[in-house]
Amino acid sequence: MAKLHSHEPAILMSKRGELLPTWKSWGIRVIGFLLSLIVSGVVIMLVSGLNPAAVFATMLDGAIGTTKRSWVTVRDAMTLLCIAVGLAPAFKMRFWNIGAEGQILVGGIATAACMIYLRSLPPLLLVLVMICASMAAGGVWGFFPGLFKARWNTNETLFTLMMNYIAIQLTSFFVALWENPFGSNSVGVINSQNKQGWLPNLLSDGYNKDFGWNVIIVLAVTLVMYLYMNHSKHGYEISVIGDSENTARYAGIRVNHAYVRTIVLSGAICGLAGFVAVSGASHTISTSTAGGRGFTAIIVAWLAQFNSVVMIVFSFLLVFLQKGAQAIASSYNLSQEVSEMITGIILFFLLGSEFFVNYTIRFNKGRGANK
Amino acid sequence: MIALATCAIKMENVTKRFGKVVANNHINLELREGEILSLLGENGSGKTTLMNQLSGIYFPDEGQIYVHDRPVTIASPKDAFDCGIGMIHQHFKLVDVFTATENIVLGLEGEGKFDLRAAGARIAEICERYGFDIKPDQKIYDMSVSQKQTVEIVKVLYRGADILILDEPTAVLTPQETDKLFDIMRAMKRDGKSLIIITHKLHEVLDVSDRVAVLRKGEYIGDVLTKDADQQSLTDMMVGHSVTLNIDRPAPQNPRPRLELRNLTVYDELGVKRLDDVSFTAMSGEILGVAGVAGSGQKELLESIAGLYPVHSGQIVFHRPDGGGSTNLVGMDPLDIKRTGVGMAFVPEDRLGMGLVGSMGMTGNMMLRSYRKGRSPFVDRKQPEGLAASIWKELEVVTPSTAFPVRRMSGGNVQKVLVGREIAQEPAVLLSAYAVRGLDINTSYTIYNLLTAEKMKGVAVVYVGEDLDVLLELCDRLVVLCGGQVSGVVDARTTTKEEVGLLMTQHRKEGA
Repeated sequence: MAKLHSHEPAILMSKRGELLPTWKSWGIRVIGFLLSLIVSGVVIMLVSGLNPAAVFATMLDGAIGTTKRSWVTVRDAMTLLCIAVGLAPAFKMRFWNIGAEGQILVGGIATAACMIYLRSLPPLLLVLVMICASMAAGGVWGFFPGLFKARWNTNETLFTLMMNYIAIQLTSFFVALWENPFGSNSVGVINSQNKQGWLPNLLSDGYNKDFGWNVIIVLAVTLVMYLYMNHSKHGYEISVIGDSENTARYAGIRVNHAYVRTIVLSGAICGLAGFVAVSGASHTISTSTAGGRGFTAIIVAWLAQFNSVVMIVFSFLLVFLQKGAQAIASSYNLSQEVSEMITGIILFFLLGSEFFVNYTIRFNKGRGANK
Repeated sequence: MIALATCAIKMENVTKRFGKVVANNHINLELREGEILSLLGENGSGKTTLMNQLSGIYFPDEGQIYVHDRPVTIASPKDAFDCGIGMIHQHFKLVDVFTATENIVLGLEGEGKFDLRAAGARIAEICERYGFDIKPDQKIYDMSVSQKQTVEIVKVLYRGADILILDEPTAVLTPQETDKLFDIMRAMKRDGKSLIIITHKLHEVLDVSDRVAVLRKGEYIGDVLTKDADQQSLTDMMVGHSVTLNIDRPAPQNPRPRLELRNLTVYDELGVKRLDDVSFTAMSGEILGVAGVAGSGQKELLESIAGLYPVHSGQIVFHRPDGGGSTNLVGMDPLDIKRTGVGMAFVPEDRLGMGLVGSMGMTGNMMLRSYRKGRSPFVDRKQPEGLAASIWKELEVVTPSTAFPVRRMSGGNVQKVLVGREIAQEPAVLLSAYAVRGLDINTSYTIYNLLTAEKMKGVAVVYVGEDLDVLLELCDRLVVLCGGQVSGVVDARTTTKEEVGLLMTQHRKEGA
């Protein structure tokens, strides 16, 4: 009789009856993170025979080993954070904006154009014009998919994705137009002499001076977006629409209007990320200015569950992993894929811990045996 | 004879919990070979949960199931089929663009090339045997509700089921269709099948079944042979004590026209007429009931009034309580209606999909109606937080906190949150659709009392309901819809269930 219980489920899962206190849910996530480190350590040992502790130390060194490296990590994390903060409103509304790449690029093009054509403006005014131009460009890139979604219910995933290709082609065009020096097939560092249009340095470490203001601008945007998403009427509407469009209509929210408004905002902040990347970091524009960060930022936004402040943590984590990965790849002659495996393992555990935050697990001990 | 019959199904000590809620508590249920068993119980008494454990959707936490006296483990719908158990769910699981045959054979595994024609022939044979009126090559979208249900039945018969479970099969049927279904059930019984029908309609229980098993709040109360039972005894078993509904119904005070519908006609997306020349007036200080078979235009009616459904022609005129003139609401969306100063509250049928934001707590849901207040771009949480706390207390909502997502509350509590919020708006018109569906008796009475209290405040309450007993005892007047038309307006105090039932199935152009 007991044999008949052969494929009885051994584990039963059910939704938690109440909300976990914050410390418990974060405890679960931290445990998940630690587990992921252990598992990636084992994997590293198995595939490469290296000492995982040494590998982790190298990662740490690669990301924050020197002041310069730390600054680069901070700078890249800020750019990623800016994109994630921009994507969050769209995704929270369940508008699948995978067009951040394009929005960054057009923002970057607008920034570069200002640097090239308006270099005679007073520095502060120029920066303000660049900010506005980059946001306007990104906003336009968001406007069309938003409008089409609102009007004709087109699929925003395909639309925003295709807008990326248009942006890449546009970038190629402008790179050719602004090529400098001739024949290099790149724009080169713009205004390298007088640094017109470069974000001025806030802190000087005597070596690399072009960060500083990125941090201020992006953190300010993050804070403003946090307030917008959590305390403004618009932010509330976004949450309602994301949960149920029907409820939103019922509550008198003009859903189509909100769609367009939110996507323009989302695109504008991604465009601003283009400004941060061009004026604040590379001082040039190329088709790799976005460099896949428009997609990485989606992970950041989701991991943080669209909470802009929590996104700070996750953008640092992801950039840290990237930098560390590059370091182990070069110092141990490992291929870049190993580091991507580690990133994958860590993300898997982080996402997996959400399951344990929301569900309880019960093991079906000894059932059937006593029948 | 009955004593000798073996059991088609025997459930022994079956227990199922959802979190802390015990949906089925040590249930012992028997289905004898070749009988029709009614599983009777109020909404939420655990009938469907129990049956879902036979059809492999849920797995019992404790207990043992026997099929034809053999112990079995049913961990998936496939296991259920292997045991010869087929369940016909309340919501049909059919592919619209496929034919009956295609739907019936869908998902079946077999060796070699599939012979659709042979399948069609077998289906035709099954139909003939039991007198089903479906054509195997008819597309699902061309079928009536009852034909779709028939396809579901044929589907399980085709798979060789000899034990059939029908989950509230009559909820969507007209009385005539119900009679036909019962004939089919009897035919299947004669053919040696064993059947369980889940229902909470007593006359149907008495009509079709051999034996009745009663569940109440997850407990097995007992069983009785149908020939020894009557409506009264079954009600007693079902609710525990004898109930006449006894809903308090004070006379309307100073009724004035509040909401006047004139020749309202609407079409759905597919161009099908959903409301046809509907005219009636809802008065202040009364509860106007809307009766009708499911899908007669109730949803479209309320959504049109609330500004959520496009109106083709006609007028919806709101007469202001202070005598401040009238406004035609046609062409307005909910925001326009609000801005015009029309106090309109709406408790929609789809509570979590339309009335509430499932992922938010009570506070967030209170804000749905009030978040626009003030000129600041930021929302005020204090006032909704206070409202949430008072509804939590006054309506005895069971929830760990006002931040707990309403999606994870039980149905009755969800409804209390929704109704509480809508009433808090101090509306002039209160629309409600199936306000007590799925609620237990106590919560239902809470809702009745709240609606009656609103009526006494001078609100025009529109109550779309399905339970005729409630409609007759709660409402002052009844509008009966049939196929999108008003087939009659009757005084709920003097009319009879039979009269309303007749109107529900009879098109009467000259009604209203």
